[in-house]
Amino acid sequence: MLREESPSSGFRTTPLGWRLAKDRLARLGVGLGGLGVILAIVLIFVYLLSVVLPLFQPARMAPLSSYALPAGEVGSVLGLALEEQLEIGLRYRGDGTVAFFRPADGSVIGVEQVVPMGMDVSAFAAGEPGSGIAAFGLADGRAVVFQVVFETRYPDGKRVITPRLEYPLGAAPVVVDPAGRPLRRLAVQGDEESTTVAGVVDDALVVGRFVLEESFLGEEPSVEAYHGNFPLQGRAVDHLLLDKEQRWLYAADGTGRLLVLELDEEAQVGLHEERTLLSDGATLTALGFLAGDISLLAGDSRGRIHQWFPVRDAQNRTRLTRVRTFALDGGRNRGAESDPVRLLVPEYHRRGFIAAGEGGRAVLFYATSQRTLASAQVGEHTLVQAALAPRANALLALDAGGRLHFWEIENEHPEISWSALWGKVWYESYLGPDYVWQSTSASNDFEPKFSLMPLTFGTLKAAFYAMLFAIPLGIMGAIYTAYFMAPRMRALVKPGIEIMEALPTVILGFLAGLWLAPLLEANLAGIFALLLLLPPGVLVFAWLWQRLPAHLRQRLPEGWDAALLVPVVLAVGALAWSGGPWLERLFFGGDLPGWLSHELGIDFDQRNALVVGIAMGFAVIPTIFSLAEDAIFSVPRHLRNGSLALGATQWQTLVRVVLLTASPGIFAAVMIGLGRAVGETMIVLMATGNTPVMDFSIFQGMRTLSANIAVEMPESEVGSTHYRILFLAALVLFLFTFLLNTLGEMVRQRLRRRYSNL
Amino acid sequence: MKTDVKHWFASGTPWIWLNAAAVAASIVMVVGLLLLIAVRGMGHFWPKDVLEFTLADDQRLLGEIHDQEQVTAERLRAAGFSIEGEREWLTRYLVKTGNRDLTGMDFRWLLETEIRDRRAPPEVIAMERREWGNFYGYLEALQRDGQVVAAGAGAWTALQERLAEALALYERIRDIEKDEIGAINAEVERLRLKARRHQLEGTYTPERQRELQARRAELEARYGVLERQLQGLYRELNRDAVVVRTVDGRTATIPLAKVVRVYRPNAMTASDKLRFYFAKLWEFVSEEPREANTEGGIFPAIFGTVMMVILMSVFVTPFGVVAAVYLHEYARQGTLTRLIRIAVNNLAGVPSIVYGMFGLGFFVYFLGGNIDRLFFPEALPSPTLGTPGLLWASLTLALLTLPVVIVATEEGLSRIPRAVREGSLALGATQAETLWRTVLPMASPAIMTGLILAIARAAGEVAPLMLVGVVKLAPSLPVDGNFPYLHLERKFMHLGFHIYDVGFQSPNVEAARPLVYATALLLVLVIVVLNLTAIYIRNRLREKYRALEH
Repeated sequence: MLREESPSSGFRTTPLGWRLAKDRLARLGVGLGGLGVILAIVLIFVYLLSVVLPLFQPARMAPLSSYALPAGEVGSVLGLALEEQLEIGLRYRGDGTVAFFRPADGSVIGVEQVVPMGMDVSAFAAGEPGSGIAAFGLADGRAVVFQVVFETRYPDGKRVITPRLEYPLGAAPVVVDPAGRPLRRLAVQGDEESTTVAGVVDDALVVGRFVLEESFLGEEPSVEAYHGNFPLQGRAVDHLLLDKEQRWLYAADGTGRLLVLELDEEAQVGLHEERTLLSDGATLTALGFLAGDISLLAGDSRGRIHQWFPVRDAQNRTRLTRVRTFALDGGRNRGAESDPVRLLVPEYHRRGFIAAGEGGRAVLFYATSQRTLASAQVGEHTLVQAALAPRANALLALDAGGRLHFWEIENEHPEISWSALWGKVWYESYLGPDYVWQSTSASNDFEPKFSLMPLTFGTLKAAFYAMLFAIPLGIMGAIYTAYFMAPRMRALVKPGIEIMEALPTVILGFLAGLWLAPLLEANLAGIFALLLLLPPGVLVFAWLWQRLPAHLRQRLPEGWDAALLVPVVLAVGALAWSGGPWLERLFFGGDLPGWLSHELGIDFDQRNALVVGIAMGFAVIPTIFSLAEDAIFSVPRHLRNGSLALGATQWQTLVRVVLLTASPGIFAAVMIGLGRAVGETMIVLMATGNTPVMDFSIFQGMRTLSANIAVEMPESEVGSTHYRILFLAALVLFLFTFLLNTLGEMVRQRLRRRYSNL
Repeated sequence: MKTDVKHWFASGTPWIWLNAAAVAASIVMVVGLLLLIAVRGMGHFWPKDVLEFTLADDQRLLGEIHDQEQVTAERLRAAGFSIEGEREWLTRYLVKTGNRDLTGMDFRWLLETEIRDRRAPPEVIAMERREWGNFYGYLEALQRDGQVVAAGAGAWTALQERLAEALALYERIRDIEKDEIGAINAEVERLRLKARRHQLEGTYTPERQRELQARRAELEARYGVLERQLQGLYRELNRDAVVVRTVDGRTATIPLAKVVRVYRPNAMTASDKLRFYFAKLWEFVSEEPREANTEGGIFPAIFGTVMMVILMSVFVTPFGVVAAVYLHEYARQGTLTRLIRIAVNNLAGVPSIVYGMFGLGFFVYFLGGNIDRLFFPEALPSPTLGTPGLLWASLTLALLTLPVVIVATEEGLSRIPRAVREGSLALGATQAETLWRTVLPMASPAIMTGLILAIARAAGEVAPLMLVGVVKLAPSLPVDGNFPYLHLERKFMHLGFHIYDVGFQSPNVEAARPLVYATALLLVLVIVVLNLTAIYIRNRLREKYRALEH
């Protein structure tokens, strides 16, 4: 009753409980918001890490199913293959047939007769796995070339895959050896235009090349046949390989002696070189290609696999060179005569392969990153045939006991290892090990080159030249502004320079690339003259100013010297700029960039580190200036006054007292400026040529981590190795700037505490 | 004298002068940069005289001087020119000759020695076209349906009238095509998605099917009407053509439908030129780009930037303010707050491209992809929110500018004297009430400062946007008349990216360059003005609290 009549009843009062609840609610909400900030930075870090981590996950092999072949077939399987969706497997059999079956349970889908009944199969070969080409060699010197094609259709939205055989040269056998001798070993490759079959007969290599000639009138294409041969003169051939370009033929015997033969358009064979693949008495037990058919893999009787590929020598002639060696047992008992390499199966597109030794074990390797990825006991007996799926996600293997094993493989990112990212790697067709970044190419089985070194180098190079420009200007400017400048001028200058910090870097980059770069190229001498002339020019002016009568000098209020110097800087600049071309005429034949490349052998890019240094330096100056100025300005006044009172000059006080006290702050300013230079994207994107070269020259361009992300991210496939490596680059940037910023920030906070104590 | 110099150096004065020189050099660079952008950006719209050059080999050339430079004779000789005489310096002109459809190129370098004579005939016309760039030449006649309707002196006035009509027709056609037909297309697409959704949910009953079919038929009928209307307009538009003659005597017929503007630069008075200048300026900020962004205006880029910035502000302000309030008003100062402060400073220092990566991976692919699967299954496999777009771009930039808002707000909070808070609490207000009624209103200018700085940062940021939603040419604005009016999933254009794209990815960089300078000028102006405003507000705030403290 009383409450209602009280004077406060004029106000609408809220119940206290509700008010307190609201207060608690606000406290909770605000607390959550505050923690959200930490959460945000943790989330960024964790997310980047979660994208990057799969790169370093080891490969995994796991059995899916295993079943015995029909008893009659055990000895007759000549080869295996898998279809891309893992729905169909196939066996090439010794009776000239191909059997299609379900890899999951071995149930047969169908059998196709390839070789006409009654003909003897004497050899078999499969071409590059992606092409599906294979051939049976016959005892009468002929061969049947066929191609396995999988047709995918979607009736009623469900996928149906049907296998089919095609005969690019016709179903009838083609003549490989005109003399009609039985083909003992065989190699085959084919594409839309031509097919080549090579075989070993008694004491010779025979080659047949069959070129499809399109007829103009839409009739059946006719086949033009060429034949060639190469006498072996008693040399044995146990391994015969033909590359998919149908140009290089490799024939090796059991001791590891290899003939490299070159085929011409009309199947004529010439000896290119002869090499010994093995050195220490081991015997050659397996020979195969890596994807792309450039690298040869040679497996020996001691469980080692050697990778060889052609490298150009000084005479510009290619020579097979041994590049890497892998060991089946991971190198544990090196060189034991126990574990010969029985099988080498390459992946379809990447540079990975599976090798099998005695006793049913299979090991997964990756060539470029030199990694042994996984190893598994696939069967109880030695594996005699095996095939990898086109996406390298499954293995089909037959052991000597007649059981087929179907395994799944999880191996998403074999290309990455510490050494592949940061070390020198010898890539195919390169002259030697090198740091290379080349992530994509038009070709399908291109070897991706993922060295982060050139990008990191480019990042540091750009940051270095930017800091070279920004540190002196930023810090000296800060010293003057904080210590000598008149307050009224400082109130103008400081915000003026700080506004430049907000200037979009895309504008700086655009000016650097389209205005500064051509300007510098046209007057390179001018800019160097400017850099050299400016300090002495200013000193000469200062000296003259000192000599002026005192009453003239005193017209300028104290602390306005910088304003006085603006016209001086302009004058020196104009002098240097107009004098530059004269210097070029006098000393450099009128064309400094040309002179550099002719006389000194220094290449000159229009968009080079000099341009980037100036433009990015411009972007970093405000950061350094502002932070360093704060540090110097907040040095307590009494320190300075004490020093001056003791008779020190202004300069002595500055150097020995003020700068010394403020030096941690200046250091922090440089660190934070460096962090900005390292992460800057648009300027380097626009003002460098974006070529990932490793050259510290100031006249050369570079490619930085950040620009690389900007260039390549939009075209990178989500979840691919390339995508994850770009995230790794972002993570590297994140950590690097995190480190610099934390360092700078900690120094600054400590400094602030120290000042408040002084 | 010698000892003087020695003394002078020993006193340290020269080093002070050198430090002063660093400041002077910085000022020169900053001012020089702004002047460079301003001069090049402003100069673009001023009509230049179109000169008729007679060359040494009697060839004649018509064009405006686009640029000029001084070259040494040596460089020219090295480049294969034969330079006679003792001249050491030569002027080289870059002449914009236009007529790309006739000559295949629209720029040409001319050495001063190649030019025998130049004059500015008043009857020269310059014509801006919708394709092939500018045309420079002489007016011959005006045609309608292939018949000459005006020639000679009367042609010019007739042309002006006809052109005005043609432009109005063109405008009407574009309205129909973009707005009315665009609305019908949007409606048809919505019907398709509705049908698909019903199919997915198994509720696609025959009566529903009939209903949708009927709606579609109705829309198609409306479309047919518009289509006929359009055909009529096009017929009318394509009737007129102008016959022109180039300087080397070729004649060409240009349909008026392809012409944007015709003027006689050499015959213009100063006031004409001024009017022209402002017309061009208005076109620049209000029109859509033409010719792969190298001509016309940048309105979609301005609009996209503004939309993105507004959305970003909506996201960043509450979070930034709450975080700052937590740090300053609620949290006990200790290790946790120190950690948060370091985190905030680190967020500010993380390279912007890293935010872009995070935005693309987390927002677009992870969040967007999941939202698509949950809420927009009918549109799959084409993504709705699982693709870079306006929403994700603003969120990414909100994260990027969060530290700016936090730092500025916290600074504002720390300037409010303790006595104010204690007074409020002493009067019985809860902490939340103190915050809401007293502290936040007093800190609002500081929040404003932070927001303005954040906007300035976001408006100029390009690298992350390249990954999360900016495109060189967006077919439609993120806001239009079709439901739901604000299209957060659309890609958009942005001033900063426009500069990068037109300056570096354009097929005709030389022609595009002036426009890039103008765009850069606009962007710089926006950002400098925003920053100055922020500084002004901050300074006023400081004054205000200084008064409060005493």
